[in-house]
Amino acid sequence: MAEYLLIESRDPFESNEVGYYCELARGLVEAGNQVTLFLIQNAVLAVRPSAQTPKLRALVGSGVKILADDFALKGRGIAKLLDGVQTAPIDIVVDHLEAGHKIIWH
Amino acid sequence: MSQKTFAVALMDAPYESENLTTAFRILDAMAQRGHNINVFAYEGASGLAFAKQAPHPNPVHGKNLAEENHPTTKDQVAALLALAAKNGGKVDWVNCGMCVDERGVGEFVADTRRGSPADFHTFCEASDNVLVIPTK
Repeated sequence: MAEYLLIESRDPFESNEVGYYCELARGLVEAGNQVTLFLIQNAVLAVRPSAQTPKLRALVGSGVKILADDFALKGRGIAKLLDGVQTAPIDIVVDHLEAGHKIIWH
Repeated sequence: MSQKTFAVALMDAPYESENLTTAFRILDAMAQRGHNINVFAYEGASGLAFAKQAPHPNPVHGKNLAEENHPTTKDQVAALLALAAKNGGKVDWVNCGMCVDERGVGEFVADTRRGSPADFHTFCEASDNVLVIPTK
């Protein structure tokens, strides 16, 4: 079993690849790995409760830990998050690096 | 947490992508913790440490140079080096030589250097972990 930090930077309404990245996260968890999905930059647009983002919503409760960058949320005026998504500081990237986890940026 | 060494690859050009804002936030967090940081500035990112970058006023908004306080990536690189040193870490910032030549940005801020992709390979071998930030 490995531990992964998947960093998503892209707007889900601009890139279909975001959906594939969510599928990667799910696949890694189903294969027995621990996965954190960290949404940064325009990727945080997906965590608005009103956003139509079925691939992300399907990850809630799947075992993937979903975090959203506090700086990106603040810059976009997003205060209310989809249930199952937590706010996190950028330091969590360094936490995962220190722990030797595999980090993938998309 | 004991001191670690991380390799980071950057590829985005200055003033174009939010990736760099995030990258500098991560680098800052590493430096705050006193880690050693090996940065390979590839492709457009080879211009980040270009010493001739200059801040500018903003006449459209009626702001002079001081009021605009326009940030430059060369100053951010220098600040990163200083912060790491203050906290007991070291930054080895390598600018890809061919990328630099293509762009005419061969004059770097102090304590950064010219190198090649082979340096990134060396960085990866010598580091506890690696972060690659690709272009979109």
